[in-house]
Amino acid sequence: MNAPPYFKLTATIALALFTAMAHAASPAELQAGYEAQAGPGSKGNANRGQLFFTSKHGKDWACANCHTASPTVDGKHATTGKVIGPLAPAFNPERFTDATKAEKWFRRNCNDVAGRECTAGEKADVLAWLQTLKR
Amino acid sequence: MATLIGAVLAGSSSQAQTINAAAKYQQECAACHMAYPPGMLPAASWTRILNHMDKHFGTDASLDDATLRELSTWLPANGGTFRRVREAPPQDRITQSTWFIRQHDEVSSATWKRASIGSAANCAACHAGAAKGNFNEHDVRIPK
Repeated sequence: MNAPPYFKLTATIALALFTAMAHAASPAELQAGYEAQAGPGSKGNANRGQLFFTSKHGKDWACANCHTASPTVDGKHATTGKVIGPLAPAFNPERFTDATKAEKWFRRNCNDVAGRECTAGEKADVLAWLQTLKR
Repeated sequence: MATLIGAVLAGSSSQAQTINAAAKYQQECAACHMAYPPGMLPAASWTRILNHMDKHFGTDASLDDATLRELSTWLPANGGTFRRVREAPPQDRITQSTWFIRQHDEVSSATWKRASIGSAANCAACHAGAAKGNFNEHDVRIPK
């Protein structure tokens, strides 16, 4: 309990690294995970993903309202105006590298846009499309 | 190694927990809006807000259970510390507080609606130091 500070720091860094490793992922890996969840033979489709992203789903907003229709640039929160960094991984390398974080935002934002959680297939589609956006 | 990490966690002070909660508040809340100073709302308002994060002023801002527990302790504990903050404002909105309205009574409704401001919730539009807790009226610059 009364470990010297340097020891606490080392252990804390070790814990942080461990936690980071447990969550670290690439957009392609996250997409593969959603495809596996969606069922055998399921494959993310970029065209479907783009359509989902830019369409409304029975509520006031589409994903594109805040993220822009081509999320290679900054977007803006529809109510608060806060700047949202690009969603496409090629333009913002930290995007979709943390499975927990990706799930959190899918949960919140799909509820705002569609009034429900997105299906694993829809998430795989959107990820497939975002990865086609290149510099 | 696991034992060592466990010992450190068990030994973590309440100060460490406070730093952690403040970091979580930044991470979770300031992703969408400025991290409003906890002292600007009374504890009862913070508790009500945290109990309905899935319907948070028009959006789903739901949190994972661990984060929710942490903030449900930290925010109310730091609530109501501002000089004029007493009763809960209507809808638990800082901008509906009696003190807030009085402080801003010279700002016209047309000014609030400027594209550069958007709404009264956008503190930083006029208070450049808002995110650092600086609301000094001598530093106010109202954008065109």
